[in-house]
Amino acid sequence: MTAKTPSFHPASAPDFVPLPLLRALQFDRLRAIVQHAYDHVELFRKRLQERKVLPADLRAAEDVACLPFTTKADLRDTYPFGLFAKPLRDIVRLHASSGTTGKPIVVAYTKGDIDVWTSVMVRSFATCGVHEGDIIQNAYGYGLFTGGLGAHYGAEGLGATVIPISGGNTDRQIMVMKDFGVTAICCTPSYFLHLIDRAQQLGVDMKALPLRVGIFGAEPWTHSMRKHIETVTHVRAFDIYGLSEIIGPGVAIECSQHDGLHIFEDHFYPEIIDPETGKVLPDGAEGELVLTTLSKWAMPMIRYRTRDITALVPGTCACGRTSRRMRRIGRRSDDMLIIRGVNVYPSQIETVLLEVEGTLPHYQIVLSREHGLDQMEVQVEVTSQIFSDRVGALEALSEKLVDAIERVIGIRIKVTLVEPQTIGRSEGKAKRVLDRRST
Amino acid sequence: MKIKQLSIFAENKPGHLAACCRLLAENAVDLRALTVADTQHFGILRVLVKDADQARAILEKAGHVVKTTEVLAVEVADQPGGLVRVLSALEDSPLNPLNIEYAYAAPFGRNGKAVLIFRFGDPDAAAQRLRESGIAVLSSKEFFGSQE
Repeated sequence: MTAKTPSFHPASAPDFVPLPLLRALQFDRLRAIVQHAYDHVELFRKRLQERKVLPADLRAAEDVACLPFTTKADLRDTYPFGLFAKPLRDIVRLHASSGTTGKPIVVAYTKGDIDVWTSVMVRSFATCGVHEGDIIQNAYGYGLFTGGLGAHYGAEGLGATVIPISGGNTDRQIMVMKDFGVTAICCTPSYFLHLIDRAQQLGVDMKALPLRVGIFGAEPWTHSMRKHIETVTHVRAFDIYGLSEIIGPGVAIECSQHDGLHIFEDHFYPEIIDPETGKVLPDGAEGELVLTTLSKWAMPMIRYRTRDITALVPGTCACGRTSRRMRRIGRRSDDMLIIRGVNVYPSQIETVLLEVEGTLPHYQIVLSREHGLDQMEVQVEVTSQIFSDRVGALEALSEKLVDAIERVIGIRIKVTLVEPQTIGRSEGKAKRVLDRRST
Repeated sequence: MKIKQLSIFAENKPGHLAACCRLLAENAVDLRALTVADTQHFGILRVLVKDADQARAILEKAGHVVKTTEVLAVEVADQPGGLVRVLSALEDSPLNPLNIEYAYAAPFGRNGKAVLIFRFGDPDAAAQRLRESGIAVLSSKEFFGSQE
């Protein structure tokens, strides 16, 4: 843990260093970490040897493009410790991501790595205007998931008061938020929408609370969700980006301009590639985000393919930070569903639900196959806002959703209204798609 | 003259209605009238209870979605043509017919009269029209006290 930094000022962070200095720093760190990975990770060394590339061949930060990619499959194939570049005695923490199939993905941190992680989380909080004296409700799950502890260490490092409430137990969350005078909250955006809903049911006026900052991440969300949150509460909503394979939360954060997320480039080197060809794309072009960790020693990730689709924002940000920005993640390349040959992204369904209902209910997409034909059903939890005592009104709502979804994705699907709390929630991350087609 | 009615969303699956009723029973909430509207996928349980606000709080605390609406309890002569008299009063003015959203019967009556529950789009206008036609619209006190 880094020592508490009294009166940390965001301008003291490396986010504002002149670009030439930043590039030089990135290059120094890149060369060292690539050498370290080459010396200690067998898979990486073999791949460089196949390409006849040596760490010493790197001449600039951009030369990272001549290195091979690392994928989620590599992490799975080398489970559990195969990509570690430090012996276990130097590793102070292990985390694991919830694997959707079989074994999870294991990630490791040295003491120094934890310090780096803490520092980027401190900078993330500061960028959102959270400071010493703030009371932070950390509703990310604590445990193997990186969200809880990552945000916790950052909040403490900042010198704020952290409430390690973890996820779940919504009524208690609302009681704590109200009684402890919480000023900032960290959780998934879908969980915050759920908190808003429940607070309303319990007669708690969110607008009357001192809560002013929300740091939302761990799943993609949309501009309309931000607008909704900022209308029904006094919370300024910030998007935070991160993934366990790279470090956890704190890879990138929105500033007050809300025009993309600043990547902590002194630690994470970003590239955008064409997911089909693997070719690096220029700033502004949409493609898959690839990240290289520049200062993580237990488990360096060289050119890790995140599967997240975004673009680097060209030009400089009005806030003065020199670090590059990425567009908010709207979709993941492996999110795409193919239904009767049509490409569908869950975010499209989300947009329709928000448009029609004015709020995002909890929902799930269920795919099945009947008589060889793909069937898609969207199950929507009924909320007090949309519930009516008239059958006709509820049937009209389903019908309206079916029509609106058809206009967006081009196929007619089924909408089913279900009771609240019946769609599964895991680790606070909404599980949006249930594919039963293969069973 | 209006009575608070609670509507509860229930999926059309075995056990869902029971769970809801059990919860009310455990909290000693007496159901004075009820009806279930059903569709292929979901149902709406509509109930009349003495303390609607308290029952709603119990249901919502358990995570149910509940809506409070206002209905009219109308006394109808328990004989052929009794209902027709009520309906005729409602369609009396062709320029401004009062539409019934739905209706059901309370499981009790008094003095040879049955009690019907009506949900109107505009309950105030309907209550006024009925009273003008000499039809009794029960107050909450009359309705919930009618068995005692």
